[in-house]
Amino acid sequence: MTRPTVAVWKFASCDGCQLTILDCEDELLAIAAALDFRMFLEAGPEEMLDHFDISLVEGSITTNHDAERIREVRERSGIVVTIGACATAGGIQALRNYADVEEYTRHIYARPDWIDTLATSTPIAHHIKVDHELHGCPINKEQLIATITALLAGRRTPVTSHSVCVECKQRGTPCLLVSEGTACLGPVTHAGCGALCPSINRGCFGCFGPSESANLPGLLEVLRVAGNDEHEVLASLRTFNVTKFDTGATP
Amino acid sequence: MNAIQLDPQGGLDALVELLLADGFRVVGPVVTGGVIAYDDLSSGDDLPTGWAVEQAPGRWRMHETGDQTRFGYTPGAASWKQYVFPAHQEVLRIRRTDGSFAVTRPPAPERPFAFIGVRDCEVTALEVLDRVQLDPDYPDPRYAERRRDAFIVAVTCAVPSATCWCTSMDGGPVPQHGFDLLLTELNDSDGHRLLAESGTDRGAELLARLPGSLATPLDRSAAVAVGAADTDILAPKLSGKELPTLLAGTELHPHWEEVADRCLACSNCTMVCPTCFCSTFTDHPELEPDVASRTQEWASCFQLDHSNLGGRPVRASVSARYRQWLTHKLATWTEQFGTSGCVGCGRCTTWCPAGIDIVQETLALIGPAADRDNTDRDITDRDITDRASDHRDSGHRASDHRASDHRDSGGPGTA
Repeated sequence: MTRPTVAVWKFASCDGCQLTILDCEDELLAIAAALDFRMFLEAGPEEMLDHFDISLVEGSITTNHDAERIREVRERSGIVVTIGACATAGGIQALRNYADVEEYTRHIYARPDWIDTLATSTPIAHHIKVDHELHGCPINKEQLIATITALLAGRRTPVTSHSVCVECKQRGTPCLLVSEGTACLGPVTHAGCGALCPSINRGCFGCFGPSESANLPGLLEVLRVAGNDEHEVLASLRTFNVTKFDTGATP
Repeated sequence: MNAIQLDPQGGLDALVELLLADGFRVVGPVVTGGVIAYDDLSSGDDLPTGWAVEQAPGRWRMHETGDQTRFGYTPGAASWKQYVFPAHQEVLRIRRTDGSFAVTRPPAPERPFAFIGVRDCEVTALEVLDRVQLDPDYPDPRYAERRRDAFIVAVTCAVPSATCWCTSMDGGPVPQHGFDLLLTELNDSDGHRLLAESGTDRGAELLARLPGSLATPLDRSAAVAVGAADTDILAPKLSGKELPTLLAGTELHPHWEEVADRCLACSNCTMVCPTCFCSTFTDHPELEPDVASRTQEWASCFQLDHSNLGGRPVRASVSARYRQWLTHKLATWTEQFGTSGCVGCGRCTTWCPAGIDIVQETLALIGPAADRDNTDRDITDRDITDRASDHRDSGHRASDHRASDHRDSGGPGTA
């Protein structure tokens, strides 16, 4: 692939994953040299092509309009890469999936009748075929660059789905759960962040979603025995990846 | 074997100083982030003073004792593996030039390692790892470079933890071989001191330069007593030598599924294991055209893609992955490499978030404990501390503090 054309699309999201692209700083010139960004509103370019070689899609589907728009993105795109927890899991806005969205709008908006929204927030892959997914809230810069270089080289994207624990051990961070009893979702969370939170003495809060073999009942029992409040532990699972961390209990 | 007595403060300062001056990269235990782990030392002061550790399945807690003990704890969070076999390393870098490739490899470490505070189980672990990584047919050149000329300062274990089980695996508190120097910390009516013994010629050469007095026969017998006391505490839980036979035929045992309910498949046990050697290689094309690198990272048999054959995992279930790990470690390793893969350090048990205890699971697999001798596992940290204190005149360990922080449950997942 020689300097592919690229579009960056936004759906229901906070723009944080798009900003991760701009946050590449040292690598930004090399990325711009390798990729031909034609559509990237957050950064400026706004040129609608009939075909983009690569589409990076941020955000979830929360309106009928977006459900239509994502199909158009798919038709115009060679490779679709979804970026971030909203696009891959529905995001924190998917809490609505377990509640009455009309009640939410009544409480939040002065004119709820102006709001036209779906009852659910769903990942992009529920609507179209997705070629690659990058997890996280936001996505990890190194994973993004590794994905770009893999696509340029025509290689498989090097995203592993094992637990965050592997990354803690590889960087030499002692286990907070074992050494301090800290509530940590690392054992059930998809790697990719480089174990950022435990490295600054915070338990993992699962922003990359579940790992490949996540044993949620097992971890919940561990956290309970370690003295953590069950309600708080369940609440920690109901954030950016609420649709993926399915505990079987209604949030 | 020569022996001298060292001051616990000045002696260790001199030891680190001499090793640094001799051109070694000196590594030893330090207190960091709520645990004792290994790190580079710039002086003897970097080594912990006055710390005690409680370990139980899925649980590590440490506290200050208020005394001057230097080695009154058990092996820490990480192992020496991280130095001879790093968790992540660049293997080569490739640049394409006019129809050819230029390959560069990272330089070998400039200085050999000097490891201070190596326990008997860790000496053995390095030897087990050597048999794998320095296999004559498939040697790992990067491992060989890092392992070469490593200077081993071993330490007698004075206070083993509840997760230690080295005596089941042919080990014990007193290192018998594989060291250049052996330190034994003594604190009795003759005072607080380190007994230093040499195990090699270069160890003897260094010993001669250390500021100590010649050890008397009394000193050495006192050192042996420390080890003997601990051997008594750590009665073997099972016989490691029999495990290849006892574990054969357990493939369909229902206990594998029972463990899988608790196992988080997080890979922690394999990462902290001083002998687990699995790794994976990843190629990284770079943004700069025509440049790529290749890295080697630790991998684990608990990772789903570890057993991929033809794009599908052979060991898809967690029970199959746990079975692979435990039976390889304790049984089939012997057939493959001529020794057990386990040295009984207990790290996999302490650092398992779910508190899965390798000894307990093995006992459940190989049959009722009553069928064998010495299978009592009801040893707590407090027992060990109290009984270890009985062998010390000073009785300086803060057992009250320990008792207040002690949990009878033994940590998560053991109930």
